[in-house]
Amino acid sequence: MGYDPANPMVDRITDIGPPHYEQFFPPVVKKNYGKWLYHEILQPGVLMHKAESGDECYTVRVGAARLISIEHIREMCDIADKHCDGFLRFTTRNNAEFMVDSKAKVQPLLDDLASRGNKFPVGGTGAGITNIVHTQGWAHCHTPATDASGVVKAVMDDLFDYFTSMTLPANVRVALACCLNMCGAVHASDIAILGVHRKPPMIDHDAISGLCELPLAIASCPLGAVKPTKHVNSAGDEIKSVKVNAERCMFCGNCYTMCPAMPLADPEGDGIAILVGGKVSNSRSMPKFSKLVIPFLPNNTPRWPETVAAIRNIVEVYAKDARKYERVGEWAERIGWEKFFEKTGIPFTIKSIDDYRLAYDTWRTSTQFKFTNHIK
Amino acid sequence: MPKHDTPLLDQLESGPWPSFVSDLKRQAEKSPQCWDILGQLELSFKDRITHWKHGGIVGVFGYGGGIVGRYSDVPTQFPGVAHFHTVRLNQPSSKFYSSAKLRDICDLWEKYGSGMTNMHGSTGDLVLLGTTTANLEPLFYDLTHDLKQDLGGSGSNLRTPECCLGRARCEWGCYDTQALCHHLTMHYQDEIHRPAFPYKFKFKFSGCPNDCVAAIARSDFAVIGTWRDDIRVNQAEVKGYINGDYAPNAGAHSGRDWGKFDIKKEVLDLCPTGCMSMSGDELKIDNSECTRCMHCINVMPRALRPGKEQGATICVGAKAPILDGAQFATMTIPFIKVDPENEFEEVIEVIEKIWDWWMEAGKNRERVGETIMRLGLPTFLKVMEVEPIPQHVKEPRSNPYVFWESDEVEGGFERDVKEFRKRHAQ
Ligand code: HEM
Ligand code: HEM
Ligand code: SF4
Ligand code: SF4
Ligand code: SF4
Ligand code: SF4
Repeated sequence: MGYDPANPMVDRITDIGPPHYEQFFPPVVKKNYGKWLYHEILQPGVLMHKAESGDECYTVRVGAARLISIEHIREMCDIADKHCDGFLRFTTRNNAEFMVDSKAKVQPLLDDLASRGNKFPVGGTGAGITNIVHTQGWAHCHTPATDASGVVKAVMDDLFDYFTSMTLPANVRVALACCLNMCGAVHASDIAILGVHRKPPMIDHDAISGLCELPLAIASCPLGAVKPTKHVNSAGDEIKSVKVNAERCMFCGNCYTMCPAMPLADPEGDGIAILVGGKVSNSRSMPKFSKLVIPFLPNNTPRWPETVAAIRNIVEVYAKDARKYERVGEWAERIGWEKFFEKTGIPFTIKSIDDYRLAYDTWRTSTQFKFTNHIK
Repeated sequence: MPKHDTPLLDQLESGPWPSFVSDLKRQAEKSPQCWDILGQLELSFKDRITHWKHGGIVGVFGYGGGIVGRYSDVPTQFPGVAHFHTVRLNQPSSKFYSSAKLRDICDLWEKYGSGMTNMHGSTGDLVLLGTTTANLEPLFYDLTHDLKQDLGGSGSNLRTPECCLGRARCEWGCYDTQALCHHLTMHYQDEIHRPAFPYKFKFKFSGCPNDCVAAIARSDFAVIGTWRDDIRVNQAEVKGYINGDYAPNAGAHSGRDWGKFDIKKEVLDLCPTGCMSMSGDELKIDNSECTRCMHCINVMPRALRPGKEQGATICVGAKAPILDGAQFATMTIPFIKVDPENEFEEVIEVIEKIWDWWMEAGKNRERVGETIMRLGLPTFLKVMEVEPIPQHVKEPRSNPYVFWESDEVEGGFERDVKEFRKRHAQ
């Protein structure tokens, strides 16, 4: 018996939750649960976890696009069936992990992965650059200011050598969100790629009456830029509508989320801002927010060359200048942000000076600074 | 569905990183609507703008979340994606799968959807990308009956909880992240499936202060493992690192020649509290000064381990910058036992106190961190019945604008101005 549209409520099952995780553990994980002693990265992308029992779990981490097909997943299943007793896992950064219980099984697994073209790159461990976490972009969302999968592909192609090696001073986490909503929560990443709009919403007065609840649209604006107004629409009727005070608009798109008659996306207006220096872990320094260093780069499809070049530049300057263990943000704070701009050659613009709420926290209220090339 | 020319997207087929374009083409051979995904995406690359419309409300009967509605704004050109809703499947804790389970999910999605997925979405769900309204109920029926699993959350509800892999394969899990994540997911099915909150609410569980699921940056309720006794030291292994027998940081830096391992420079001097020292070959840690940042343990995993008295710190109220600016979660409960024996009673009690207050005090579309900002951390601590301690702040306030309450001041706020005037002429 399957679903019966005539009797949709018959046999209905709800609220059963996800399957229990334990049934998906490879035997070596199940046996040594909570009894791991230490781990070692044997080569980029290959981890060994040692248990108190002496057992070893070898993990091979492979990169993947976040947007993947069931054909690709089935191929992953074939690999897991062949080498890993039919088990695998995914990481929070969209990598897949294949686990085996002895060193002898690692090389055959690596060989198999390598034989499948560029579909299963091994890496993403240690002091390198692992997969970019990202959001939907033009592949699925209605508010993006840039694409997600396309930008990530272009950037990862360029950073690929850092995915397969461990030559950086520390791990560098890159994240992309395609609008200020930041579904991917990129605000605490070493390098954040953020889609930004730069034109205030248009008002579709002919559609607004049917589409939007005006009080919600007005209340949605964090800056009070959306105001009620009367307007004569194309049919010549005076209708209740809204207007936008463009001077107050920060291009967040909240109004559009509440009211589809207020689209703001635009091929010229939209693009990418780069933020750097965030971190999540508590290691050494406390978690930090990413800071805006490049306010705008254009959406040059299909490969976003300006964005790719900007990120490579930051990574290379950091790689050369930072001390061992220093995350991008720790490095920038040690040398000072004025030095960060000088060394990377990124032009400092007024857009990097905060004028939003809580802004004062970021202004310098001290005579301590460095004389960089910014001071003429 | 015909193929479309995709000259821009085709340029994303080259290069060493796996190509989602090649993958879409591969899937299109089986699921022809993928040609229309490619076609519409190509149009977006050409126009440099999205071609998706607002979602509208779609879902399965009795649930207020789990499906994100999506429609094309060029449906006549690309009928295969006219409806293109996403289905969020609640992932198993820490995302281990059997191939059998994944194959079942693939078969289900081949039958009812586009064949494209996200493994996984940012919140943690397994995201099935692209189906029609008519397919939702049949898909849900098969999902619950045959696959015996369920949807995740979306909307103003408890979002699908997520955890790090912790004790399954990491030596630093200070509590059982999977068990807590799974237990709470099951305990709060109603809150996940039926939006009743002012706004979204996220749980994230990391086993140690490395915080691999970024709980402190993106969850309203972050449970981060920690310990309160001494770091366990194996002095022989410390010597092993000093002698160069083992690569520091578990080999994470082995791609570059950083010179011989220098315990002073790489561990002692980078300890944020300066609480480590060497006495001859012996490593000393003044544990009462340690803030459990994990640096030394990360660098010498064979020699150092978290202490044995383990539990978690609870931080509340993280969110992305929308609207007032980004917030990290604020440390609220410094140490709590995370005990499967009593079904995590202590943690549940904390959660429900937060919800009871936030559902009253929170405004529409206000994350709990914003409610705390608006009404103040002191208010929140009172609600939580938590003793204020210096650990709650980085530093004491520097303004004197204290909101004293009437009953805190001798004699209270009620005074007689006439009595006052008898002694003080106008
Ligand atoms: C210096 C800081 C950090 C260290 C030393 C560290 C160390 C580790 C270790 C040892 C693991 C377990 C590896 C394994 O068992 O496969 C791990 C996993 C992971 N880490 Fe970190 N970590 C750090 C910071 C971070 C940060 C800041 C993030 C994210 C923003 C992160 C994301 C991850 C992810 C996604 C995993 C895979 C775990 C999973 O998917 O559940 N890590 N990390
Ligand atoms: C006002 C704030 C936000 C709004 C209006 C918003 C809106 C949306 C919308 C419209 C989608 C659907 C995208 C699609 O078409 O598939 C979405 C997806 C999603 N959002 Fe948000 N979002 C907001 C903030 C956030 C934040 C702060 C997070 C996480 C910390 C988040 C996590 C997600 C996740 C995980 C998805 C699923 C798709 C994905 O993983 O990319 N959202 N959001
Ligand atoms: S970040 Fe913005 S554009 Fe991207 S998926 Fe989320 S809501 Fe949509
Ligand atoms: S884009 Fe944001 S700031 Fe601008 S009018 Fe809309 S809601 Fe207000
Ligand atoms: S958060 Fe800690 S316990 Fe969890 S996987 Fe990361 S390092 Fe391990
Ligand atoms: S955990 Fe951090 S604070 Fe504690 S001893 Fe190690 S380096 Fe120092």
